Amino acid sequence: MASTVMLRVLRPGLHTTVQDLGRYGLQHLGVVPCGAMDAVAHRLANALVGNAAEAATLECTVIGPELLFEEEALVALCGAEFEATLAGEAVPQNRPVLLGAGSRLRVGRALRGARGYLAVAGGIRVPNVLGSHSTYVPAAFGGFEGRSLRTGDVLTLDAAAPALAAARFARLKDVRRAAGFSSTAWRVSALTRPSERTLTLRAMEGRHYAQFDAASRRAFFDETWRVSQDSNRMGYRLAGPALARRGAGDLLSEPTCFGTVQAPGDGSVIVLMADHQTTGGYPKIAEVAGADLPTLSQVAPGGALRFARCSVDEARAALRALHAMIADIVRGIELQYGD
Amino acid sequence: MPGALPRQARVVEFLRPDLLHLKAHALVPLRANRKINIADGAADPAAAAGTGFSIFALGDSAVLAEFGTRLDLEVNARLQRLAEALRAKQVPWICDIVPALGSLALHVDQARAPAGLDPVVAAAKLLQECLHGGLRARRARTASIEVPVCYEAEYAPDLEEVAGQVKLSAAEVVRRHTGSEHRVLMMGFAPGQPYIGGLDADLAVPRRATPRTRVPAGSIAIANAQTAVYPFEISGGWNVIGRTPLRVFDVTREPAALFAPGMIVRFVAITRAEYEQWRAQ
Repeated sequence: MASTVMLRVLRPGLHTTVQDLGRYGLQHLGVVPCGAMDAVAHRLANALVGNAAEAATLECTVIGPELLFEEEALVALCGAEFEATLAGEAVPQNRPVLLGAGSRLRVGRALRGARGYLAVAGGIRVPNVLGSHSTYVPAAFGGFEGRSLRTGDVLTLDAAAPALAAARFARLKDVRRAAGFSSTAWRVSALTRPSERTLTLRAMEGRHYAQFDAASRRAFFDETWRVSQDSNRMGYRLAGPALARRGAGDLLSEPTCFGTVQAPGDGSVIVLMADHQTTGGYPKIAEVAGADLPTLSQVAPGGALRFARCSVDEARAALRALHAMIADIVRGIELQYGD
Repeated sequence: MPGALPRQARVVEFLRPDLLHLKAHALVPLRANRKINIADGAADPAAAAGTGFSIFALGDSAVLAEFGTRLDLEVNARLQRLAEALRAKQVPWICDIVPALGSLALHVDQARAPAGLDPVVAAAKLLQECLHGGLRARRARTASIEVPVCYEAEYAPDLEEVAGQVKLSAAEVVRRHTGSEHRVLMMGFAPGQPYIGGLDADLAVPRRATPRTRVPAGSIAIANAQTAVYPFEISGGWNVIGRTPLRVFDVTREPAALFAPGMIVRFVAITRAEYEQWRAQ
């Protein structure tokens, strides 16, 4: 058996979990999809270290972890802008970074955005549970022991990770070597980092939109919503105008999606996120465009949002455009690796 | 109730092909036009009988076919057979097929969707194909399960209150809960959580006014003419009338979920000692 390579958790951060592209195919058994909230940042971080899209990354939330890499490792941090330091030196994001053996990477606090994705060449080794490495905390399965990281945890990296790190980094062009770590002179764009104070999300009218009164329908698209403190991977609760549904009969529980906006009738709305329940009985006033979900995932509690109406066709076109852009960026990274 | 009809609904097919002629004029071309309104559903015998469906885009990555807006066990049973028929087709761009109480969703795997795919149109076509091919009758040997339940007070915090509401003794509530054949109508909300129909009509109680913040794993709870079994300790608003020692969801087991849609369920009363013994195994 090959010797194992360890990644030690010196400080866990606020809520750091192992995630991948999600757990699909079992929603008919109530199994929640999970996966990276910001799938774009997850994808780019993996590409930057030469991993496949499916490799597991660490999703860091608002306050990132402090990690000890026992061996040399090639890492990339994408998504939110973090303080990220190594022995007091700022560690650049959105590019491959070669860490020496014994490096203590402090991801630190998020300065802009809410979620960072730390990829390590070779991936983070956790058991495949029901087809995915993603952590589902409410039911305590997947990822690392079905929970967020704690101080003293020891994660396992690919046994070949140090060799992989050196070999892959050696193929890169335009590298900058420094004392504690090496990196590249180039980086990829932070596609999902919200830039404005009030984020505008494209949203389609939901299945029960017409059941809301005219004032509520207007208010949904006209008013500004604020992300509440009790927002998490399951859903974002938004505070804003009270919405009233006409003839408020109970609905049968029906399937929901990442991006479904429910209006339970208590004066708030809930945007269902990556850990969303597979079914629900609250009226669906809207569906957030898939292309805007990664950016929404970067909004921390207290952040402001507006919804801009779009059609299903426009949302699909936006999603296709986003996928095409990511494919271009990934191809560009592969060229840097000389592939 | 016309007011409840979503305005973007389209009736495209019926579960019973013999009813097709009744609404042939309402069959719309399978185009991407999402603004076609259907006539008053109440005036349409097929829709009123729950045999037709309307189809909607659920955002840009899923499609929902709705077969009824009220709980109908026959419609629900057909939905599950339809889900099986769809699953058998192994369509590469569909990553999840989720039958619920009166509707069914198809989730699209964007990475595998062919260029130019309109999921609503493609899903409608797939559903039509399944229905035209004829759904298999319910298999002779439907999966069934006996669920041991301890209905004693320690595990049944709401049993006395339920008994009071329906004006029966607690023993009679238990007798009726164990006396009827139940069926899993859908799985949802949390991994492995079944929504089970077939509750004795006299046990119809609403949800609790205030949900409990922590309902223990294995709790058997009733509301909305159904029984739910909580797979994990979670919050819940249903009335807890017992607890099963069975593990409802276990990722180390194959299959992980104890229940599945369509499964026949019988609840069997056990004593507290038997419950403890079961748990100790």
